[in-house]
Amino acid sequence: MWPLAGIAVVVVGFAAGINPLIVIVLAAAVTGTAAGISPLHLIELLGRAYNDSRYVSIVWLVLPAIGLLEREGLQERARMLVARARVVTAGRLLVLYLVVRQISAGLGLLSLFGHAQTVRPLIAPMAEGAAEAQHGPLREGTRALVRAYAASADNVGAFFGEDIFVAVGSILLIRAFLHQSGIDVAPLSLSLWAMPTAALAVAVHGLRLWRLDAVLRRLAGGGSR
Amino acid sequence: MIGLEQVYWLTGAMFGGIAVRSWRDRSDRKRVGTAAFWALLAVSFGLGSRIGDLANGVIVLALVILGGTRALGRGSPATTSAREREARAAARGNAIFAPALVIPLVAIVGTFTLALPSWHGSPIVDPREVTLLSLALGVLIALAAAIAWLRPPLIAPLDEARRLADSIGWAVILPQMLAALGAVFAASGVGGEVGRIATEWLPVETPFAAVAAYCVGMALFTVVMGNAFAAFPVMTAAIGIPLIVTRFSGNPAVMGSIGMLAGFCGTLATPMAANFNIVPAALLELPDRNGVIRVQIPTAIAMLIGNIALMYVFVYRR
Repeated sequence: MWPLAGIAVVVVGFAAGINPLIVIVLAAAVTGTAAGISPLHLIELLGRAYNDSRYVSIVWLVLPAIGLLEREGLQERARMLVARARVVTAGRLLVLYLVVRQISAGLGLLSLFGHAQTVRPLIAPMAEGAAEAQHGPLREGTRALVRAYAASADNVGAFFGEDIFVAVGSILLIRAFLHQSGIDVAPLSLSLWAMPTAALAVAVHGLRLWRLDAVLRRLAGGGSR
Repeated sequence: MIGLEQVYWLTGAMFGGIAVRSWRDRSDRKRVGTAAFWALLAVSFGLGSRIGDLANGVIVLALVILGGTRALGRGSPATTSAREREARAAARGNAIFAPALVIPLVAIVGTFTLALPSWHGSPIVDPREVTLLSLALGVLIALAAAIAWLRPPLIAPLDEARRLADSIGWAVILPQMLAALGAVFAASGVGGEVGRIATEWLPVETPFAAVAAYCVGMALFTVVMGNAFAAFPVMTAAIGIPLIVTRFSGNPAVMGSIGMLAGFCGTLATPMAANFNIVPAALLELPDRNGVIRVQIPTAIAMLIGNIALMYVFVYRR
């Protein structure tokens, strides 16, 4: 029972707004100690797991390239590009990105797009540019909202698209766990049953992104230009 | 053979460069802390595979102390002004997109071709890691092309990387820290406890209740752990297999597939899934750390209800 205290530390720590790094180490210390792990062994455990998960940080390698292009006006150009095209609105653009992201994830191309390599340099400035073209200069809160929606399109597309691909990590995990419990399922049937949810995700989040234009119009104070 | 290790060296070299530039930036009042943080990251990437678990653990604690106590400053690397950027964007036209598009293009081509070439019968590139290696290769090619075309000052790529890294700050290590916490939870048997409590307390007397408890359990446990992969074995062993499959003879493929996706609804709603929710908020410089989660929660709730409905409709069909 006591190892669960770490979960309480996480919940309370995050809710209280304490720095997440501190919260994580405290939670690890509480849970590990409750389970009878010695402090030295706990540090080793943290070190090994941290080291083994370095692959999630490889994405930071894009920083020099993206930063350099930003220095030369990449974000500004992305804004200009959509500002000229009147049919492009922030909502429509993000719906399109959601669909493209989901299809490419479904084809197994999960790392093709992402927050560092696509959303920050291209998608978010384009959505902002489209919003500005329609509603004039954005307030800080409105700008943040458009950016947050851009990030959400990436997440929803990736999460509910990736399981359509047969060889993705989660499908392999489902299959391996069921197998070790004595149940054999074909990977293809797992991908197949991921499709209804994928379609629902496009409908639900697509609708919300579509309605973003109406939200922006309201925030801008009624009439569009 | 070229594998992840070489990419780690490259990443370490980048953070090492950022550390040196931070150290020299006297405009940053906390430059010692800033430089130390990036230097420790450089050591972790460059030497992490050789120095052993304890040394890595000490690095982790040092990073947490620096990142958690506001010891990290923010430099002011030389960059272009907003007006200069507008002018360059207008002058260069859409060609500026080309290097940015090289990254995904190389990533696609590389994913399908990188594993092919071999030398004396053994592959040159680790075939298990082609996706990440292709991404790294795409970045290198894009960077080289951009430098050749734009002719920036030679230090510019490093300083621009530092500008972005400083704006993300300590959140850079958050995804790895959460993975480390997950390992401690696993070693402490947290999953088994949660599963035990879930089966004892949740009312699962009908086929629908079993589906609802399984999906909600997947989502909630994912919110706590930040990762549906950690929730899946626990909830499936506790509710999925004994109740949905064995007692109510449901289809295991439907259960597994939609169950995992119910877990992803939790991923949309938790700060524990840092690389999807907190890191983008930092990357996009949102004033609210939970800004991305806030706009995702309505979708997460709707998708959870939808997944329960879909699973109930399909899992018991004969």
